[in-house]
Amino acid sequence: MSLILRSWQGATALLLCLAALASLPMLAADAPSPFGGGTAALIFVLVAGAALASFANISAPLLATILFVCAHLAAWLLIGGLSGNEGKATSAFFLMIAASWLLAWRCVTVLSGIRAKSRAADTFLRLLIPTLFGAWILILWEAITRGAGIPFILLPPPSAIGARLAGSIPILWADVRQTIFKAVLFGYVVGCASGFAVAILADRVAFLRRGLLPIGNLVSALPIIGVAPIMVMWFGFDWQSKAAVVIIMTFFPMLVNTVAGLAAAGSMERDLMRSYASDYWQTLFKLRLPAAMPFIFNALKINSTLALIGAIVAEFFGTPIVGMGFRISTEIGRMNVDMVWAEIAVAAVVGSVFYGVVALGERATTFWHPSNRGG
Amino acid sequence: MSLSPPPFSVVSARKLGLTFETNDGPVHALSNVDLEVRKGDFVSFIGPSGCGKTTFLRVIADLEKATAGEITVNGMTPEEARKSRSYGYVFQAPALYPWRTIEKNIALPLEIMGYSAAERRSRIERTLDLVNLSGFGKKYPWQLSGGMQQRASIARALAFDADLLLMDEPFGALDEIVRDHLNEQLLKLWARTEKTICFVTHSIPEAVYLSTKIVVMSPRPGRVTDVIESTLPAERPLEIRETPEFLEIAQRVREGLRAGHSYEEQ
Ligand SMILES: Nc1ncnc2c1ncn2[C@@H]1O[C@H](COP(=O)(O)OP(=O)(O)OP(=O)(O)O)[C@@H](O)[C@H]1O
Ligand SMILES: [Mg+2]
Repeated sequence: MSLILRSWQGATALLLCLAALASLPMLAADAPSPFGGGTAALIFVLVAGAALASFANISAPLLATILFVCAHLAAWLLIGGLSGNEGKATSAFFLMIAASWLLAWRCVTVLSGIRAKSRAADTFLRLLIPTLFGAWILILWEAITRGAGIPFILLPPPSAIGARLAGSIPILWADVRQTIFKAVLFGYVVGCASGFAVAILADRVAFLRRGLLPIGNLVSALPIIGVAPIMVMWFGFDWQSKAAVVIIMTFFPMLVNTVAGLAAAGSMERDLMRSYASDYWQTLFKLRLPAAMPFIFNALKINSTLALIGAIVAEFFGTPIVGMGFRISTEIGRMNVDMVWAEIAVAAVVGSVFYGVVALGERATTFWHPSNRGG
Repeated sequence: MSLSPPPFSVVSARKLGLTFETNDGPVHALSNVDLEVRKGDFVSFIGPSGCGKTTFLRVIADLEKATAGEITVNGMTPEEARKSRSYGYVFQAPALYPWRTIEKNIALPLEIMGYSAAERRSRIERTLDLVNLSGFGKKYPWQLSGGMQQRASIARALAFDADLLLMDEPFGALDEIVRDHLNEQLLKLWARTEKTICFVTHSIPEAVYLSTKIVVMSPRPGRVTDVIESTLPAERPLEIRETPEFLEIAQRVREGLRAGHSYEEQ
């Protein structure tokens, strides 16, 4: 019992291997190019061998390496065997995929138990674990869509999306330039900057504060679907109308957060400034703005996602023939779903990079905040 | 001010009163307080919680406005005194800004008051040395112990040229040993800098050990019940706390505090 507990993934993988052996072959009888006996045997040896190794008393890095190599080699052979046989996979095939996946899971568990000695090794481990996680999402996606023959329109396999992505770099790059570098960046910078400036103004002028904040809540509740076509009417088809949508979407989160942040400094800290007979601007720059930084970065992070969504959706309502939203809306009409997915992948990467840059800036400026200390 | 205070007076309060209007009616935080603090005095305020010690200090500092009576600070109204930056305030908590290093925290009042960079550097060095924190200037407040943070906040109040120092239970959260040590240092510092100090405490030995004058207060309404001029010599080693003279003064303070408490129970 305790032996099984040492690696329940390994134990389950062995059981899955047995079940797969009982339900061979791995492809339907009418498959055009079935697995060769050698390949099939190799897959079983890899999976069962690694599963057995996970019970052995060997060092964690060695075990992790064995599991890593065997699980991925098996998955690679399995998926490789699918070409020409789409939709012909049997339960044995999926049982073996599941067994490889369990071994990869075991691998990640072993990896996360390793205490890295050097800084570089630590960084490597911290990157490797999420990478493995992401890779297995793609592997399972690939195996299921192709093995079960899911219609291309519903969900194309990642390999097809990747091929499409690689083959359409110039188009994708033009779309990114139009949507991200023009509409999103311009709108984000202007929206955030003006939200910030108006927050400072509202802080000085009481009637603005009382008047603007309720309106701010109202406007931030406006549906982008309603605003976008109007902006297209006002500012034309090109990126300016999308930037306007982004400005509207990012302005108020920044305003509301900055106003809240300016009120965040403690009363004792303010009294200290008062005891120095500090003037409004000195107190603002030396106390209230630094204390507001966590709030301001909160808004910057929220806005980084809002800006991307706003610009892409706004392009559904009329653009020149370039842009990520334009591409998505036209290619879906032509049933080119792989292109749609390629755009989605690009948007995800751009969004993550955008968010990551803002988060790095946050780490650098609010390192003192109790939630970031010591990290 | 109708009454011009004597020239050596740093704080002079006449029939001072302060009433907070709260939702459950008025709170008489101070009533009828008469007090003279002379230049170079070390005055301790002692009394049960809620008797208005902090409030009195805040009135001197113009962080709170008196609602009755008169008060002058350095011969001016508290507001004028604050605007002319004539006091340093040490709060009950260190109130250091976490985004600034210790050095930068001490530099804060100097930046606001427009000291030159060279002047700032030399003053930081001097005050850090004064509170025994040399070598910790580059640390952030949250990297220091509570006692070190409190010393840094004292250094910050000493960095600029205010000859009045208002301290609200600065050592309240510290252990006995550290407290003894800081008390000793504070006395030395007071002797060296010739500042006037108003010091709030809950500890009788601390009050007697440090002060030239002890103000005993009692609550509801907050008022002064006794003012004790210390007869202890200026030179005070820690051992002075075992002498009969010291114990006699401590006894008088204790009696004053008791009287205040019994009033409360009537
Ligand atoms: N801002 C305020 N609003 C209303 N009441 C207040 C306010 N500040 C103080 N008080 C009241 O005034 C009284 C005196 O308070 P104060 O803080 O001066 O007491 P203290 O002597 O410093 O007490 P402690 O030793 O606990 O610090 C208390 O009854 C308190 O509730
Ligand atoms: Mg108090």
